[in-house]
Amino acid sequence: MQPLLELTGLTKRFGSILAVDRVGFAVARGEVVGFLGPNGAGKTTAMRMTAGFLPPDAGSARIAGFDIVDETRAAQARLGYLAEGAPSYGDMTPDALLGFVARVRGLDGATARRRRGEVVDRLSLARVLDQPIETLSKGFRRRVGLAAAILHDPEVLILDEPTDGLDPNQKHEVRTLLSEIAGGKAIVISTHILEEVDAVCTRAIVLAGGRIVADALPAELRQQAPNHNRVTVALDADHRDRLIAALRALPNIADIAEAHARDGRIRLTARPVRGAEILGAVRAAADSAEVPLDEITTEHGRLDDVFRRLTTAA
Amino acid sequence: MRTIATLTRRELAAYFASPLAYVFVVIFLTFAGGLTFYVGGFIERGQADLAAFFQFHPWLYLFLVPAIGMRLWAEERKTGTIEFLMTLPVGAGQAVTAKFLAAWLFTGIALVGTVPLWITVSVLGDPDHGVVATAYLGSWLMAGGFLAISACVSAATSNQVIAFVGAVAICFLFMMSGLDLVQAAFRGWAPDAVLQAVRDLSLLGNFDALSQGVVDARNLFYFASLIALALVVNTAIVEMKRGR
Ligand SMILES: Nc1ncnc2c1ncn2[C@@H]1O[C@H](COP(=O)(O)OP(=O)(O)OP(=O)(O)O)[C@@H](O)[C@H]1O
Ligand SMILES: [Mg+2]
Repeated sequence: MQPLLELTGLTKRFGSILAVDRVGFAVARGEVVGFLGPNGAGKTTAMRMTAGFLPPDAGSARIAGFDIVDETRAAQARLGYLAEGAPSYGDMTPDALLGFVARVRGLDGATARRRRGEVVDRLSLARVLDQPIETLSKGFRRRVGLAAAILHDPEVLILDEPTDGLDPNQKHEVRTLLSEIAGGKAIVISTHILEEVDAVCTRAIVLAGGRIVADALPAELRQQAPNHNRVTVALDADHRDRLIAALRALPNIADIAEAHARDGRIRLTARPVRGAEILGAVRAAADSAEVPLDEITTEHGRLDDVFRRLTTAA
Repeated sequence: MRTIATLTRRELAAYFASPLAYVFVVIFLTFAGGLTFYVGGFIERGQADLAAFFQFHPWLYLFLVPAIGMRLWAEERKTGTIEFLMTLPVGAGQAVTAKFLAAWLFTGIALVGTVPLWITVSVLGDPDHGVVATAYLGSWLMAGGFLAISACVSAATSNQVIAFVGAVAICFLFMMSGLDLVQAAFRGWAPDAVLQAVRDLSLLGNFDALSQGVVDARNLFYFASLIALALVVNTAIVEMKRGR
């Protein structure tokens, strides 16, 4: 099946800055892609090109099969786009804005009313419907922008930092909303909040210096963390040699570090090969070597660490 | 068509959502009235016509119309709403047309605000209503010409002050192209035909005929093509500067 969203070799140069450098990926129906990268990585620029705001220097983007440069309007009709900072007309009320978007998008009266009711409800906008957008708080402005982006129930959603500035309840609400509607759509969200990737994304793409440096499942990314699935045990110093020998015999252990605790005990930390799961094996090895363990803990790789490693190397 | 109507409606509503509309209309009416009575000698002339009123329109428009036109695109660019607009399924030509139409309708509304003057003249005397109507049409067309030029300049910048000053300058050149100031720049090196052509481009010349009640297809064609050309250029600028 054809992917709903397809970028190929997208490139954009601003003077001497190569903002986006041959970015390409495809997003299938049902996928929610987290678009990550440090400030200035080129996320917004790539999204702007995909949404038909910025013409690419090279490469192309297709939305539901329509080329964004050659068939701009057909492509945009199938796209919901939230621009960075959620710009919208300050002198309008959310009510007027949603009405305007519904008409521009050609929704018929009944559909427009139904969809408007739904998005107002989902994004809790009822209270501010008649207040000029310029007088709304930042979070509400963002929610109005989001409501406008999903109003026509598009197949492809591109959201540039949709949860920036939202309170924790609203962040949760928006993530739930995205997860719920994800089934029939291809969604790309950019974010600096890595926990969001775990919460909603089925895939993470990391951009650095305009280039894709990682494209993987969140779980796969986490495995790249240096401490992923590391196991640390505390034991009596007398048993040290026996346990080390037993651990060395295990196939999946890359190295073992040791540290002395004050109470005469010792701590051994075993790092697995390529983030493999070793907790059970370590416990079994201690059992069969008859080493009593005072304590056993395992760590999970953090996306932050992986993110830092991926984006500072370049 | 529907899209243009929707966009025009939004734009027009925006005028009345801010004090801009009211300030503009009040200033327009005050100046139009003040100039007519005090400078134009409306009463002293003792004639039942509105010539004293219409003769100042080019000068009023020279400053007031760029004041409306300057924000059309510069503001969208400054506030970033242009990204919102241009990622809706809306063509640049549609947006350009709609913005122009809304602003033009707005100047029309301001112009309608001067109708009491017409009524006054009708009560006091017996003006040639055909002449007055033609003059109103001419005035509105001239506003359209100024406006189309101002919108064009506005599309080229995100700075409203630059947009205003640039628009006034260009409008001034168009207004004056029949007069010596501009003609002198061409005289001596350009053939007579060019001189004549430049003179024909004068907004003032084309407005004068209409303001005297002469409906000449050439004058109408002049304004229509000036507006159309400016809108085409405007669209090209918007397309070219997309996202920059
Ligand atoms: N209109 C522009 N003119 C010149 N340079 C630009 C323009 N837009 C973006 N850039 C440059 O392109 C690079 C990428 O910017 P972009 O906004 O895409 O980054 P980003 O990944 O969205 O960053 P952030 O996380 O801060 O939003 C930056 O170096 C930026 O300065
Ligand atoms: Mg950005």
